[in-house]
Amino acid sequence: MAERRLIWLAGGLGLAVALFLLWNLRAPMGFILSLRAGTLAALVLVGAASGAATVIFQTLVANRLLTPGIVGFDALFVFLQTALLASLGAAGFAALPTMPRFALEAGCLIAAAMALFGLVFRKGADDIIRMVLTGVILGVLLRGLAGFAQRLLDPSEFAVLQQASIASFNAVPRDHLGIAALALSVALLAAWRLSPRLDVALLGRTKARSLGLDHDRLVLTGLGLVAALVAVSTALVGPVTFLGLLAASLARAALPDSRHALLIPAAAVIGATILVLGQTVFERILGLQSALGMVVEFLGGLLFLALVLRRPAP
Amino acid sequence: MIEIDHLTLTRDGLAILDDISLQIPRGGITAIIGPNGAGKSTLLHCLAGLLTPASGQVRVLGRDIHRIAARDRARLLALLTQSPGAMPRLSVRDLVGFGRWPHHRGRPGPEDHAIVAQAIERFDLGAMAARDVETLSGGQKQRAFVAMAYAQTTPWMLLDEPLSALDPKYTRDIMDRLRDLAPPPGRRPVEPATVEETRSVLLVLHDLQSAWRYADWFVCLKDGRVLSHGPRDTTITADLLSELYDTPLRLERAGDTSVILPA
Repeated sequence: MAERRLIWLAGGLGLAVALFLLWNLRAPMGFILSLRAGTLAALVLVGAASGAATVIFQTLVANRLLTPGIVGFDALFVFLQTALLASLGAAGFAALPTMPRFALEAGCLIAAAMALFGLVFRKGADDIIRMVLTGVILGVLLRGLAGFAQRLLDPSEFAVLQQASIASFNAVPRDHLGIAALALSVALLAAWRLSPRLDVALLGRTKARSLGLDHDRLVLTGLGLVAALVAVSTALVGPVTFLGLLAASLARAALPDSRHALLIPAAAVIGATILVLGQTVFERILGLQSALGMVVEFLGGLLFLALVLRRPAP
Repeated sequence: MIEIDHLTLTRDGLAILDDISLQIPRGGITAIIGPNGAGKSTLLHCLAGLLTPASGQVRVLGRDIHRIAARDRARLLALLTQSPGAMPRLSVRDLVGFGRWPHHRGRPGPEDHAIVAQAIERFDLGAMAARDVETLSGGQKQRAFVAMAYAQTTPWMLLDEPLSALDPKYTRDIMDRLRDLAPPPGRRPVEPATVEETRSVLLVLHDLQSAWRYADWFVCLKDGRVLSHGPRDTTITADLLSELYDTPLRLERAGDTSVILPA
Protein backbone atom coordinates (compact mmCIF):
# COMPACT_ATOMS: atom_id res chain seq x y z
CA MET A 1 0.00 0.00 0.00
CA ALA A 2 2.78 2.43 0.94
CA GLU A 3 4.77 1.40 -2.13
CA ARG A 4 1.73 2.14 -4.31
CA ARG A 5 1.34 5.59 -2.77
CA LEU A 6 5.00 6.29 -3.47
CA ILE A 7 4.40 5.39 -7.12
CA TRP A 8 1.42 7.80 -7.19
CA LEU A 9 3.60 10.53 -5.71
CA ALA A 10 6.27 9.89 -8.34
CA GLY A 11 3.55 10.08 -11.00
CA GLY A 12 2.47 13.43 -9.56
CA LEU A 13 6.03 14.71 -9.86
CA GLY A 14 6.13 13.47 -13.45
CA LEU A 15 2.97 15.46 -14.24
CA ALA A 16 4.34 18.56 -12.52
CA VAL A 17 7.57 18.25 -14.53
CA ALA A 18 5.61 17.90 -17.81
CA LEU A 19 3.48 20.90 -16.92
CA PHE A 20 6.52 22.98 -16.03
CA LEU A 21 8.36 22.10 -19.25
CA LEU A 22 5.46 22.27 -21.70
CA TRP A 23 3.09 24.95 -20.36
CA ASN A 24 2.87 27.81 -22.81
CA LEU A 25 5.85 26.51 -24.81
CA ARG A 26 6.60 28.68 -27.83
CA ALA A 27 9.32 28.90 -30.45
CA PRO A 28 12.27 28.66 -30.22
CA MET A 29 11.28 25.50 -28.38
CA GLY A 30 14.74 23.97 -28.12
CA PHE A 31 16.21 27.06 -26.50
CA ILE A 32 13.28 27.57 -24.11
CA LEU A 33 13.23 23.89 -23.15
CA SER A 34 16.94 24.04 -22.45
CA LEU A 35 16.43 27.08 -20.18
CA ARG A 36 13.50 25.46 -18.42
CA ALA A 37 15.45 22.20 -17.99
CA GLY A 38 18.15 24.09 -16.07
CA THR A 39 15.61 25.66 -13.70
CA LEU A 40 13.79 22.32 -13.42
CA ALA A 41 17.01 20.55 -12.40
CA ALA A 42 17.63 23.14 -9.66
CA LEU A 43 14.04 22.81 -8.40
CA VAL A 44 14.12 19.00 -8.32
CA LEU A 45 17.57 18.82 -6.72
CA VAL A 46 16.80 21.35 -3.98
CA GLY A 47 13.31 19.96 -3.29
CA ALA A 48 14.57 16.36 -3.07
CA ALA A 49 17.57 17.28 -0.91
CA SER A 50 15.47 19.37 1.52
CA GLY A 51 12.78 16.70 1.92
CA ALA A 52 15.22 13.80 2.42
CA ALA A 53 17.49 15.80 4.76
CA THR A 54 14.55 16.77 6.98
CA VAL A 55 13.25 13.19 7.34
CA ILE A 56 16.73 12.00 8.36
CA PHE A 57 17.26 14.96 10.71
CA GLN A 58 13.90 14.45 12.42
CA THR A 59 14.66 10.77 13.05
CA LEU A 60 18.13 11.50 14.41
CA VAL A 61 16.93 14.22 16.79
CA ALA A 62 13.72 12.25 17.55
CA ASN A 63 11.51 15.27 16.90
CA ARG A 64 9.05 15.76 14.04
CA LEU A 65 8.91 19.55 14.42
CA LEU A 66 12.53 20.25 13.66
CA THR A 67 14.18 20.93 10.33
CA PRO A 68 17.92 21.23 9.59
CA GLY A 69 17.35 24.92 8.84
CA ILE A 70 16.69 25.43 12.54
CA VAL A 71 20.40 24.95 13.31
CA GLY A 72 21.20 28.16 11.47
CA PHE A 73 22.15 27.16 7.90
CA ASP A 74 20.21 30.10 6.48
CA ALA A 75 21.85 32.51 8.94
CA LEU A 76 25.32 31.23 8.03
CA PHE A 77 24.54 31.56 4.32
CA VAL A 78 23.38 35.16 4.73
CA PHE A 79 26.38 35.88 6.96
CA LEU A 80 28.75 34.51 4.29
CA GLN A 81 27.10 36.62 1.60
CA THR A 82 27.29 39.70 3.82
CA ALA A 83 30.94 39.05 4.69
CA LEU A 84 31.83 38.65 1.00
CA LEU A 85 29.96 41.83 0.05
CA ALA A 86 31.40 43.83 2.93
CA SER A 87 34.95 42.77 2.09
CA LEU A 88 34.77 42.85 -1.74
CA GLY A 89 32.13 45.53 -2.40
CA ALA A 90 29.26 45.17 -4.89
CA ALA A 91 31.56 45.24 -7.93
CA GLY A 92 34.03 42.77 -6.48
CA PHE A 93 31.16 40.50 -5.38
CA ALA A 94 29.67 40.52 -8.88
CA ALA A 95 33.08 39.93 -10.46
CA LEU A 96 33.82 36.95 -8.22
CA PRO A 97 33.96 33.79 -10.36
CA THR A 98 30.75 31.88 -9.60
CA MET A 99 32.27 28.40 -9.39
CA PRO A 100 34.81 29.16 -6.63
CA ARG A 101 32.11 31.14 -4.79
CA PHE A 102 29.71 28.19 -4.95
CA ALA A 103 32.45 25.80 -3.78
CA LEU A 104 33.45 28.21 -0.99
CA GLU A 105 29.88 28.63 0.23
CA ALA A 106 29.08 24.90 0.12
CA GLY A 107 32.42 24.10 1.79
CA CYS A 108 31.89 26.71 4.53
CA LEU A 109 28.36 25.48 5.24
CA ILE A 110 29.45 21.81 5.44
CA ALA A 111 32.48 22.70 7.57
CA ALA A 112 30.36 24.82 9.92
CA ALA A 113 27.74 22.09 10.29
CA MET A 114 30.33 19.39 10.90
CA ALA A 115 32.17 21.63 13.40
CA LEU A 116 28.90 22.16 15.27
CA PHE A 117 28.03 18.45 15.25
CA GLY A 118 31.59 17.45 16.18
CA LEU A 119 31.80 20.00 18.98
CA VAL A 120 28.62 18.75 20.60
CA PHE A 121 29.46 15.08 20.04
CA ARG A 122 32.69 15.36 21.96
CA LYS A 123 30.62 16.39 24.96
CA GLY A 124 28.30 13.39 24.73
CA ALA A 125 26.72 11.71 21.76
CA ASP A 126 23.33 11.33 23.37
CA ASP A 127 22.80 15.06 23.82
CA ILE A 128 21.30 15.94 20.47
CA ILE A 129 19.01 18.57 21.95
CA ARG A 130 22.11 20.51 23.04
CA MET A 131 23.34 20.39 19.44
CA VAL A 132 20.04 21.80 18.19
CA LEU A 133 20.00 24.55 20.80
CA THR A 134 23.64 25.42 20.08
CA GLY A 135 22.73 25.67 16.39
CA VAL A 136 19.76 27.93 17.14
CA ILE A 137 21.90 30.21 19.32
CA LEU A 138 24.70 30.30 16.73
CA GLY A 139 22.06 31.17 14.12
CA VAL A 140 20.91 34.11 16.25
CA LEU A 141 24.55 35.19 16.75
CA LEU A 142 25.26 35.00 13.01
CA ARG A 143 22.07 36.92 12.18
CA GLY A 144 23.16 39.60 14.64
CA LEU A 145 26.65 39.77 13.11
CA ALA A 146 25.22 39.85 9.58
CA GLY A 147 22.73 42.55 10.65
CA PHE A 148 25.60 44.62 12.05
CA ALA A 149 27.67 44.18 8.89
CA GLN A 150 24.65 45.10 6.74
CA ARG A 151 24.50 48.51 8.47
CA LEU A 152 27.95 49.17 7.05
CA LEU A 153 26.93 48.36 3.45
CA ASP A 154 25.97 51.10 1.04
CA PRO A 155 22.46 50.89 -0.53
CA SER A 156 23.64 49.30 -3.80
CA GLU A 157 25.56 46.60 -1.92
CA PHE A 158 22.53 46.03 0.32
CA ALA A 159 20.29 45.56 -2.74
CA VAL A 160 22.74 42.95 -4.12
CA LEU A 161 22.70 41.20 -0.73
CA GLN A 162 18.89 41.17 -0.60
CA GLN A 163 18.85 39.50 -4.01
CA ALA A 164 21.45 36.91 -2.99
CA SER A 165 19.73 36.08 0.33
CA ILE A 166 16.40 34.94 -1.13
CA ALA A 167 16.14 31.54 -2.76
CA SER A 168 16.13 31.89 -6.53
CA PHE A 169 15.87 29.02 -8.99
CA ASN A 170 16.17 30.85 -12.29
CA ALA A 171 19.73 32.08 -12.25
CA VAL A 172 21.60 28.90 -11.36
CA PRO A 173 24.73 28.51 -13.51
CA ARG A 174 24.93 25.22 -15.44
CA ASP A 175 28.35 24.26 -14.08
CA HIS A 176 27.01 24.57 -10.52
CA LEU A 177 24.12 22.31 -11.43
CA GLY A 178 26.40 19.53 -12.66
CA ILE A 179 28.51 19.46 -9.51
CA ALA A 180 25.49 19.89 -7.22
CA ALA A 181 23.63 17.09 -9.04
CA LEU A 182 26.56 14.75 -8.55
CA ALA A 183 27.07 15.67 -4.87
CA LEU A 184 23.35 15.55 -4.03
CA SER A 185 22.77 12.26 -5.89
CA VAL A 186 25.61 10.59 -4.00
CA ALA A 187 24.32 11.99 -0.68
CA LEU A 188 20.72 10.95 -1.44
CA LEU A 189 21.80 7.42 -2.36
CA ALA A 190 23.91 7.17 0.81
CA ALA A 191 20.96 8.49 2.85
CA TRP A 192 18.63 5.89 1.33
CA ARG A 193 21.14 3.16 2.16
CA LEU A 194 20.99 4.25 5.82
CA SER A 195 17.23 3.52 5.85
CA PRO A 196 17.21 0.21 7.77
CA ARG A 197 19.46 1.71 10.46
CA LEU A 198 17.32 4.82 10.69
CA ASP A 199 14.30 2.56 11.24
CA VAL A 200 16.04 1.05 14.29
CA ALA A 201 17.02 4.53 15.51
CA LEU A 202 13.28 5.28 15.83
CA LEU A 203 13.33 3.07 18.92
CA GLY A 204 15.61 5.50 20.75
CA ARG A 205 19.33 5.37 21.49
CA THR A 206 19.34 2.80 24.30
CA LYS A 207 17.02 0.34 22.57
CA ALA A 208 18.83 0.76 19.25
CA ARG A 209 22.20 0.13 20.92
CA SER A 210 20.83 -2.95 22.68
CA LEU A 211 19.89 -4.27 19.24
CA GLY A 212 23.50 -3.96 18.13
CA LEU A 213 23.24 -0.67 16.23
CA ASP A 214 26.24 1.66 16.47
CA HIS A 215 23.94 4.59 17.21
CA ASP A 216 26.66 7.22 17.65
CA ARG A 217 28.17 6.37 14.29
CA LEU A 218 24.74 6.43 12.65
CA VAL A 219 24.04 9.90 14.08
CA LEU A 220 27.40 11.22 12.88
CA THR A 221 26.98 9.71 9.41
CA GLY A 222 23.37 10.87 9.19
CA LEU A 223 24.15 14.42 10.31
CA GLY A 224 27.07 14.52 7.87
CA LEU A 225 24.70 13.62 5.04
CA VAL A 226 22.12 16.17 6.25
CA ALA A 227 24.87 18.81 6.31
CA ALA A 228 25.94 17.92 2.76
CA LEU A 229 22.37 17.89 1.40
CA VAL A 230 21.36 21.19 2.99
CA ALA A 231 24.69 22.96 2.40
CA VAL A 232 24.91 22.11 -1.30
CA SER A 233 21.27 23.03 -1.98
CA THR A 234 21.57 26.28 0.04
CA ALA A 235 24.75 27.24 -1.83
CA LEU A 236 22.96 26.41 -5.11
CA VAL A 237 19.81 28.54 -4.77
CA GLY A 238 19.82 30.24 -1.36
CA PRO A 239 18.14 29.39 1.93
CA VAL A 240 14.79 27.53 1.97
CA THR A 241 14.38 26.83 5.69
CA PHE A 242 10.86 25.40 5.87
CA LEU A 243 10.58 23.53 2.56
CA GLY A 244 11.95 20.36 4.16
CA LEU A 245 9.46 20.55 7.02
CA LEU A 246 6.63 20.90 4.52
CA ALA A 247 7.86 17.93 2.44
CA ALA A 248 8.60 15.66 5.43
CA SER A 249 5.22 16.37 7.08
CA LEU A 250 3.34 15.73 3.83
CA ALA A 251 5.33 12.52 3.25
CA ARG A 252 4.43 11.22 6.72
CA ALA A 253 0.79 12.13 6.11
CA ALA A 254 0.79 10.45 2.68
CA LEU A 255 2.42 7.18 3.72
CA PRO A 256 0.89 4.86 6.34
CA ASP A 257 4.39 3.62 7.12
CA SER A 258 7.45 4.69 9.09
CA ARG A 259 10.01 2.79 6.97
CA HIS A 260 12.72 5.20 5.84
CA ALA A 261 13.27 3.25 2.62
CA LEU A 262 9.88 4.70 1.58
CA LEU A 263 9.75 7.91 3.65
CA ILE A 264 13.03 9.32 2.30
CA PRO A 265 12.07 8.93 -1.39
CA ALA A 266 8.52 10.16 -0.62
CA ALA A 267 9.80 13.34 1.08
CA ALA A 268 12.28 13.87 -1.77
CA VAL A 269 9.53 13.48 -4.40
CA ILE A 270 7.12 15.74 -2.49
CA GLY A 271 9.81 18.39 -1.93
CA ALA A 272 10.58 18.40 -5.65
CA THR A 273 6.86 18.46 -6.58
CA ILE A 274 6.18 21.46 -4.29
CA LEU A 275 8.93 23.47 -5.95
CA VAL A 276 8.15 22.43 -9.54
CA LEU A 277 4.40 23.00 -9.17
CA GLY A 278 4.95 26.22 -7.21
CA GLN A 279 7.32 27.60 -9.83
CA THR A 280 4.87 26.66 -12.60
CA VAL A 281 2.04 28.47 -10.84
CA PHE A 282 3.98 31.56 -9.75
CA GLU A 283 6.21 32.07 -12.76
CA ARG A 284 4.13 30.74 -15.67
CA ILE A 285 0.54 31.33 -14.59
CA LEU A 286 0.73 34.33 -12.24
CA GLY A 287 3.86 35.84 -13.78
CA LEU A 288 5.48 36.46 -10.39
CA GLN A 289 9.27 36.11 -10.57
CA SER A 290 11.24 35.05 -7.46
CA ALA A 291 8.07 34.68 -5.35
CA LEU A 292 8.32 30.90 -4.88
CA GLY A 293 11.02 30.92 -2.19
CA MET A 294 9.06 33.40 -0.09
CA VAL A 295 5.73 31.58 -0.50
CA VAL A 296 7.29 28.21 0.43
CA GLU A 297 8.82 29.82 3.52
CA PHE A 298 5.46 31.37 4.40
CA LEU A 299 3.53 28.09 4.00
CA GLY A 300 6.26 26.11 5.78
CA GLY A 301 6.25 28.61 8.63
CA LEU A 302 2.47 28.31 8.94
CA LEU A 303 2.74 24.51 8.99
CA PHE A 304 5.45 24.72 11.66
CA LEU A 305 3.15 26.86 13.82
CA ALA A 306 0.22 24.51 13.19
CA LEU A 307 2.33 21.48 14.21
CA VAL A 308 3.57 23.23 17.35
CA LEU A 309 0.10 24.37 18.40
CA ARG A 310 -1.76 21.18 17.47
CA ARG A 311 0.04 18.66 19.67
CA PRO A 312 2.88 18.29 22.12
CA ALA A 313 6.29 17.66 20.55
CA PRO A 314 6.85 13.92 20.10
CA MET B 1 26.69 -18.09 33.34
CA ILE B 2 27.18 -14.38 33.92
CA GLU B 3 30.23 -13.62 36.06
CA ILE B 4 30.56 -10.18 37.58
CA ASP B 5 34.01 -9.46 38.90
CA HIS B 6 34.66 -6.42 41.16
CA LEU B 7 32.37 -4.24 39.07
CA THR B 8 32.41 -0.54 39.95
CA LEU B 9 30.55 2.14 38.02
CA THR B 10 30.71 5.79 38.94
CA ARG B 11 28.76 8.83 37.79
CA ASP B 12 30.00 12.32 38.69
CA GLY B 13 32.37 10.76 41.22
CA LEU B 14 29.57 8.84 42.93
CA ALA B 15 29.69 5.03 42.95
CA ILE B 16 26.41 3.75 41.49
CA LEU B 17 27.71 0.18 41.58
CA ASP B 18 30.34 -0.45 44.21
CA ASP B 19 32.71 -3.41 43.82
CA ILE B 20 30.09 -5.99 42.87
CA SER B 21 31.19 -9.60 42.49
CA LEU B 22 28.75 -12.43 41.90
CA GLN B 23 27.74 -15.18 39.51
CA ILE B 24 24.33 -15.62 37.93
CA PRO B 25 23.66 -19.21 36.85
CA ARG B 26 22.49 -20.19 33.38
CA GLY B 27 18.82 -21.17 33.05
CA GLY B 28 15.85 -20.22 35.17
CA ILE B 29 14.70 -16.80 36.32
CA THR B 30 16.89 -14.48 38.36
CA ALA B 31 15.30 -11.48 40.09
CA ILE B 32 17.27 -8.35 40.95
CA ILE B 33 15.47 -6.67 43.83
CA GLY B 34 16.18 -3.70 46.03
CA PRO B 35 14.91 -0.25 46.94
CA ASN B 36 14.73 2.69 44.56
CA GLY B 37 18.19 3.99 43.63
CA ALA B 38 19.92 0.72 44.59
CA GLY B 39 21.55 0.47 41.13
CA LYS B 40 19.37 -2.33 39.72
CA SER B 41 18.77 -0.81 36.28
CA THR B 42 22.37 0.39 36.09
CA LEU B 43 23.57 -3.15 36.79
CA LEU B 44 21.29 -4.49 34.04
CA HIS B 45 22.57 -1.92 31.52
CA CYS B 46 26.14 -2.77 32.55
CA LEU B 47 25.48 -6.47 32.02
CA ALA B 48 24.09 -5.64 28.57
CA GLY B 49 27.35 -3.84 27.75
CA LEU B 50 25.66 -0.45 27.33
CA LEU B 51 27.45 1.18 30.26
CA THR B 52 31.21 1.03 30.70
CA PRO B 53 32.36 0.39 34.27
CA ALA B 54 35.12 2.35 35.99
CA SER B 55 36.70 -0.97 36.93
CA GLY B 56 35.89 -4.65 37.00
CA GLN B 57 34.56 -7.00 34.39
CA VAL B 58 31.36 -8.71 33.23
CA ARG B 59 31.76 -12.07 31.50
CA VAL B 60 28.84 -13.71 29.73
CA LEU B 61 29.38 -17.35 28.79
CA GLY B 62 33.09 -16.74 29.47
CA ARG B 63 33.46 -13.62 27.23
CA ASP B 64 34.09 -10.07 28.44
CA ILE B 65 30.86 -8.33 27.45
CA HIS B 66 32.60 -5.02 26.75
CA ARG B 67 34.94 -6.65 24.25
CA ILE B 68 32.19 -8.29 22.21
CA ALA B 69 31.11 -6.53 19.00
CA ALA B 70 27.75 -4.75 19.37
CA ARG B 71 25.98 -7.06 16.93
CA ASP B 72 27.29 -10.26 18.57
CA ARG B 73 26.33 -8.84 21.97
CA ALA B 74 22.79 -8.29 20.73
CA ARG B 75 22.65 -11.96 19.74
CA LEU B 76 23.74 -12.96 23.23
CA LEU B 77 21.57 -10.66 25.38
CA ALA B 78 18.20 -9.00 24.78
CA LEU B 79 17.51 -5.94 26.92
CA LEU B 80 14.07 -4.51 27.65
CA THR B 81 14.47 -1.05 29.12
CA GLN B 82 12.22 0.58 31.70
CA SER B 83 10.77 3.36 29.52
CA PRO B 84 10.73 2.16 25.94
CA GLY B 85 9.58 5.63 24.79
CA ALA B 86 7.33 6.80 21.97
CA MET B 87 7.04 4.59 18.91
CA PRO B 88 5.78 6.82 16.12
CA ARG B 89 3.61 4.97 13.59
CA LEU B 90 4.96 1.53 14.24
CA SER B 91 2.73 -1.52 14.16
CA VAL B 92 3.04 -4.19 16.83
CA ARG B 93 4.29 -6.63 14.17
CA ASP B 94 6.98 -4.15 13.06
CA LEU B 95 8.02 -3.55 16.67
CA VAL B 96 8.34 -7.27 17.42
CA GLY B 97 10.19 -7.60 14.10
CA PHE B 98 12.91 -5.25 15.36
CA GLY B 99 13.92 -8.08 17.69
CA ARG B 100 15.29 -9.82 14.60
CA TRP B 101 17.47 -6.85 13.61
CA PRO B 102 20.74 -8.22 15.10
CA HIS B 103 20.24 -11.35 12.97
CA HIS B 104 19.22 -9.89 9.60
CA ARG B 105 20.42 -6.22 9.70
CA GLY B 106 17.53 -4.98 7.60
CA ARG B 107 17.05 -7.97 5.29
CA PRO B 108 14.62 -10.33 7.04
CA GLY B 109 14.31 -13.86 5.71
CA PRO B 110 11.61 -16.53 6.10
CA GLU B 111 13.07 -17.69 9.43
CA ASP B 112 12.86 -14.15 10.82
CA HIS B 113 9.22 -13.83 9.75
CA ALA B 114 8.44 -17.21 11.32
CA ILE B 115 10.03 -16.24 14.65
CA VAL B 116 8.16 -12.91 14.70
CA ALA B 117 4.87 -14.72 14.04
CA GLN B 118 5.71 -17.14 16.83
CA ALA B 119 6.51 -14.28 19.25
CA ILE B 120 3.22 -12.57 18.40
CA GLU B 121 1.32 -15.79 19.03
CA ARG B 122 3.23 -16.66 22.19
CA PHE B 123 2.51 -13.29 23.80
CA ASP B 124 -1.09 -13.21 22.67
CA LEU B 125 -0.67 -10.20 20.39
CA GLY B 126 -2.35 -11.65 17.29
CA ALA B 127 -5.49 -9.49 17.55
CA MET B 128 -3.46 -6.30 17.75
CA ALA B 129 -0.53 -7.18 15.44
CA ALA B 130 -1.52 -4.57 12.84
CA ARG B 131 -2.31 -1.85 15.38
CA ASP B 132 -0.13 1.18 15.93
CA VAL B 133 1.94 0.65 19.11
CA GLU B 134 0.98 4.14 20.31
CA THR B 135 -2.70 3.12 20.42
CA LEU B 136 -2.04 0.26 22.88
CA SER B 137 -2.56 0.47 26.62
CA GLY B 138 0.53 0.50 28.85
CA GLY B 139 0.17 -3.20 29.59
CA GLN B 140 -0.35 -4.19 25.96
CA LYS B 141 2.67 -2.12 24.96
CA GLN B 142 4.73 -3.83 27.64
CA ARG B 143 3.73 -7.25 26.30
CA ALA B 144 4.71 -6.16 22.79
CA PHE B 145 8.16 -5.14 24.06
CA VAL B 146 8.62 -8.43 25.92
CA ALA B 147 7.65 -10.21 22.68
CA MET B 148 10.29 -8.16 20.87
CA ALA B 149 12.94 -9.25 23.38
CA TYR B 150 11.73 -12.84 22.92
CA ALA B 151 12.03 -12.54 19.12
CA GLN B 152 15.69 -11.60 19.58
CA THR B 153 16.22 -15.33 20.41
CA THR B 154 19.15 -14.68 22.72
CA PRO B 155 20.31 -17.09 25.44
CA TRP B 156 19.83 -14.25 27.97
CA MET B 157 16.83 -11.94 28.35
CA LEU B 158 17.38 -8.91 30.59
CA LEU B 159 14.09 -7.25 31.49
CA ASP B 160 13.91 -4.03 33.48
CA GLU B 161 10.58 -3.79 35.30
CA PRO B 162 8.60 -5.81 32.72
CA LEU B 163 5.55 -5.93 35.03
CA SER B 164 5.37 -2.21 35.81
CA ALA B 165 2.26 -1.47 33.72
CA LEU B 166 0.56 -4.86 33.92
CA ASP B 167 -2.63 -5.81 35.72
CA PRO B 168 -2.65 -9.04 37.82
CA LYS B 169 -3.93 -11.15 34.92
CA TYR B 170 -1.19 -10.08 32.53
CA THR B 171 1.44 -10.08 35.28
CA ARG B 172 0.72 -13.74 35.78
CA ASP B 173 0.40 -14.32 32.06
CA ILE B 174 3.80 -12.78 31.21
CA MET B 175 5.53 -14.48 34.11
CA ASP B 176 4.02 -17.87 33.18
CA ARG B 177 5.29 -17.42 29.63
CA LEU B 178 8.75 -16.44 30.86
CA ARG B 179 8.66 -19.45 33.19
CA ASP B 180 7.96 -21.68 30.17
CA LEU B 181 10.97 -20.20 28.37
CA ALA B 182 13.27 -20.36 31.37
CA PRO B 183 12.25 -23.29 33.55
CA PRO B 184 14.11 -23.95 36.80
CA PRO B 185 17.56 -25.45 36.11
CA GLY B 186 17.20 -29.13 35.29
CA ARG B 187 13.77 -28.88 33.62
CA ARG B 188 13.27 -28.64 29.85
CA PRO B 189 11.70 -25.47 28.47
CA VAL B 190 8.22 -25.42 26.96
CA GLU B 191 9.46 -24.12 23.59
CA PRO B 192 8.24 -24.41 20.02
CA ALA B 193 10.61 -26.37 17.82
CA THR B 194 12.15 -23.35 16.05
CA VAL B 195 13.77 -21.95 19.18
CA GLU B 196 15.15 -24.83 21.13
CA GLU B 197 17.68 -23.24 23.40
CA THR B 198 16.80 -22.71 27.04
CA ARG B 199 16.58 -19.02 27.90
CA SER B 200 17.91 -17.44 31.04
CA VAL B 201 15.80 -14.54 32.27
CA LEU B 202 17.16 -11.78 34.45
CA LEU B 203 14.53 -9.36 35.75
CA VAL B 204 14.53 -6.19 37.77
CA LEU B 205 11.37 -6.39 39.87
CA HIS B 206 9.62 -4.24 42.43
CA ASP B 207 6.74 -6.70 42.69
CA LEU B 208 8.14 -8.87 45.49
CA GLN B 209 5.24 -11.30 45.31
CA SER B 210 5.91 -12.12 41.66
CA ALA B 211 9.63 -12.28 42.38
CA TRP B 212 9.04 -14.77 45.18
CA ARG B 213 6.62 -16.83 43.10
CA TYR B 214 8.71 -17.12 39.92
CA ALA B 215 12.39 -16.41 40.55
CA ASP B 216 14.83 -19.26 41.19
CA TRP B 217 17.75 -17.02 42.07
CA PHE B 218 17.90 -13.61 43.76
CA VAL B 219 20.31 -10.70 43.68
CA CYS B 220 19.55 -8.19 46.44
CA LEU B 221 21.06 -4.75 45.83
CA LYS B 222 21.22 -1.84 48.21
CA ASP B 223 23.18 1.41 47.75
CA GLY B 224 25.09 -0.06 44.82
CA ARG B 225 26.28 -3.08 46.78
CA VAL B 226 25.15 -6.70 46.91
CA LEU B 227 23.47 -7.38 50.20
CA SER B 228 22.89 -11.03 49.37
CA HIS B 229 22.51 -13.36 46.40
CA GLY B 230 21.71 -17.00 45.85
CA PRO B 231 18.84 -19.48 45.45
CA ARG B 232 15.48 -18.22 46.65
CA ASP B 233 14.87 -20.62 49.52
CA THR B 234 18.25 -20.18 51.16
CA THR B 235 18.63 -16.44 50.45
CA ILE B 236 15.33 -14.70 50.99
CA THR B 237 14.34 -14.27 54.61
CA ALA B 238 12.11 -11.79 56.40
CA ASP B 239 15.16 -10.26 58.08
CA LEU B 240 16.97 -9.79 54.75
CA LEU B 241 13.93 -8.17 53.11
CA SER B 242 13.40 -5.90 56.12
CA GLU B 243 17.05 -4.80 56.00
CA LEU B 244 16.93 -4.40 52.20
CA TYR B 245 13.89 -2.12 52.20
CA ASP B 246 14.46 -0.46 55.60
CA THR B 247 10.97 -1.47 56.67
CA PRO B 248 9.75 -4.47 58.70
CA LEU B 249 8.48 -7.27 56.44
CA ARG B 250 7.49 -10.86 57.13
CA LEU B 251 7.12 -14.03 55.03
CA GLU B 252 3.97 -16.02 55.64
CA ARG B 253 3.10 -19.44 54.22
CA ALA B 254 -0.04 -19.44 52.07
CA GLY B 255 -0.79 -22.84 50.56
CA ASP B 256 2.15 -23.93 48.39
CA THR B 257 3.75 -20.49 48.35
CA SER B 258 4.56 -17.62 50.70
CA VAL B 259 3.34 -14.05 50.80
CA ILE B 260 5.40 -11.04 51.79
CA LEU B 261 3.54 -8.76 54.18
CA PRO B 262 4.33 -5.74 56.35
CA ALA B 263 5.36 -6.95 59.80
